[in-house]
Amino acid sequence: MKNKQTEEGGTDRRKFLKLGIMTSLTAIAGTSIVNNLAAQEEEGIAKPSGEVMRLLTPDGKIVEVDASNINNYPEAYITPEESRKGIPDRKFVMVIDLAKCKNARKCVEGCQKGHNLDYHQEFMQIKLIQDNPLAEPYWFPKNCMHCDEPPCVKVCPTGATYKREDNIVLVDNERCIGCKFCVTSCPYSARIFNWEHNAKFDDKSQPYSPETNVPGAIGTVTKCDFCPDLLRQGLLPHCAQSCPEGVIYFGDRNEDIVTNGAETVRFSELINKRAGYRHLEHLGTKPNVYYLPAVDKLYELEDGFDVNEEVKERYKNVPYVQELKKQGKI
Amino acid sequence: MDIQSRKRELFKEFAPRLETTSKVSKIYISFLVAIILVGIYAFYLQMSEGQIVTGMRDNVVWGIYEVNFILLVCISYSGAFISGILHFFHTPWKTAIARIVEIITVLSLLIGPIYILLCMGRLDRLHYLFMYPRIQSPITWDIIAIITDIVACFIYLYLTFIPDFAILRDHCEERKIPKWVKKLYKTLAIGYQDTKTQRDRLHKITRIMSTIVIVLAIVAYTVLAWIFSLTLQPGWNSTIFAPYFIVGGLFSGVAFIIVTMFLVRKFYKLEKYIRKMHFKVGGIILLILAMLYGYFTFTEYFSRWFSHKEIDTNLLDTLFTRYFWEFILANYVGILVPIGILFFKKFRTINWVTIASVIALVGIWINRYLIVIPTLETPYVPIQDTRVDYIFYAASWVEIALSFAGAAAFLLMFTLIGKIVPLVPMNYILDGRTPPKKVQKNINKEISE
Repeated sequence: MKNKQTEEGGTDRRKFLKLGIMTSLTAIAGTSIVNNLAAQEEEGIAKPSGEVMRLLTPDGKIVEVDASNINNYPEAYITPEESRKGIPDRKFVMVIDLAKCKNARKCVEGCQKGHNLDYHQEFMQIKLIQDNPLAEPYWFPKNCMHCDEPPCVKVCPTGATYKREDNIVLVDNERCIGCKFCVTSCPYSARIFNWEHNAKFDDKSQPYSPETNVPGAIGTVTKCDFCPDLLRQGLLPHCAQSCPEGVIYFGDRNEDIVTNGAETVRFSELINKRAGYRHLEHLGTKPNVYYLPAVDKLYELEDGFDVNEEVKERYKNVPYVQELKKQGKI
Repeated sequence: MDIQSRKRELFKEFAPRLETTSKVSKIYISFLVAIILVGIYAFYLQMSEGQIVTGMRDNVVWGIYEVNFILLVCISYSGAFISGILHFFHTPWKTAIARIVEIITVLSLLIGPIYILLCMGRLDRLHYLFMYPRIQSPITWDIIAIITDIVACFIYLYLTFIPDFAILRDHCEERKIPKWVKKLYKTLAIGYQDTKTQRDRLHKITRIMSTIVIVLAIVAYTVLAWIFSLTLQPGWNSTIFAPYFIVGGLFSGVAFIIVTMFLVRKFYKLEKYIRKMHFKVGGIILLILAMLYGYFTFTEYFSRWFSHKEIDTNLLDTLFTRYFWEFILANYVGILVPIGILFFKKFRTINWVTIASVIALVGIWINRYLIVIPTLETPYVPIQDTRVDYIFYAASWVEIALSFAGAAAFLLMFTLIGKIVPLVPMNYILDGRTPPKKVQKNINKEISE
């Protein structure tokens, strides 16, 4: 499943972070990779490719391993316990360029595919936001903000949701008791709940990891996870990979770079020059998703209604949409 | 008249209720059991199908379960509070209503938390709360508060029962009461012989427990309010929520006690003990609480309306459009009508006070509904790009069935307790003849009926 995703992702996008992540991969998920290697060697499965890489184990030893074993994703399974640590020395950030978004919904679909979600379940939602009555509304992709002061983490009674060192907020659905307090305390409505059983939950071919959110579990909360499984492989999250317009930039604040796959830019410069802001800054949640204002939009707002009827229905309560409908524009 | 023969007399008076079950009450009990069975089926459905069978969805993740939870737990806390005060100040009218209040306290505290459990997606992981506790979470605080309160209230209720169990044990032999009930009396009386030392000791412990129960009730109210007010949500994030919940809780509690008093008086033929005076005093207390509660409600909505932050305006718009009638019912009818009734002396009769209490109870249930649900329907990020049937909340039959099952369970347990012990504490009737003199004088001055 994951490997298939990787192939579809396209090679040029893969270059992102590869440099950065490869050099520090040594320290990344040390335990699980090395453990897996050890197991493989015992079983004699490892096929040497001739290329040898040097890894730093968590206890400070340098070991040489065959390159074919690295990046072999399913083997590098991150357990719920390991997923609490985060990828060392990383501070992941996302930048969403609102000027380029036209509600193509590829990010929504890419995310749903990557996380084994149903058509109706969205980690990424596209809102139609109007800042003031004179301004034209704009499309506003909204996922989890991975806040530095996450209200959801504060209120969780079992520690099922947690903040990692690399800025990511994850949910461990094996720990979640489904009290939904986190859902009510999130001001961004980023969390969704598995209300019923889904046949997809029974697919245990892939062991559960909070880093992939797959397989889901009935009666638990789930949400956008910034795709740490892809980040470990040096890939962009599903949404950033699938956006045809390059709306979604993703990167590392420590390295001060973000990329949408096509271009790589300095994060601080981008935010400075383009007046980047964070949604609901006044609430003090300190989000890690930044928005670039919808200035000089590349597309007409109406282009965003080139979607199926069911999706159109979802915006019917927006006053501006009702106005457009009256004028017969959509 | 010596105390022994008085005890015998009292026992004779209350014994028939304990001995026989009338045909009507048998039908009534089986009716309650039927409602509970429907509730159990609904519960089974929810457990097997998941919460999809409820009306809760991604935006409104808490529904009427949460409303019932707040209402019942608040009633319980105020029961504890009131009964604590009745004991602590040796109030003379505790004779008639103390036991009713105590039973209400314990029963609603047993049933209330069931609703919060129904809200949970994974009941099978309930023990995770203790395996992986996070003390930072207000839910953990609430669990600690509720469990402590349940334990304290049980001890307290039991303490007040001991002398009665002793009377029942001493006198039940001559009667045709089932053997196991006789045995139960004997065990529960734990060798209480009503000697002076025993009586003094029991009084002392009950008094200490009554203060503890008052304090615990205040703590528990506060923590319950914090579950809401510590979030960022508009309509919840309010500094006055804790005192607002205390006042609202006491208001609903007193109203509930009055309604129960009315029913008990009528169906248990206790007119001799539960008198007009009790309703009159209850009415005055309800009036004061209604005014306080109305004041808090007004302040809460007025400050939101006056400052009109956009997010608050959205909430108020929803309240004044989609929830217009509910808002009127909860915050105008539910508060002003009881005040209007109770304000006039001539309306402070048994029937009118009960009517005012019923209106107050309905009003406060809707008020709780308006606190929980519209807030979740007007989040910071507008609800769009969600499937249409996920936007608004409407309780499903499963939730309604379980709500009624809770009410039925309450009535059933109340009836069963009424079958085992008299609903008017016999020992207080005996005590009433020799209360501490000083306090008695003061109270008598205040209430002359």
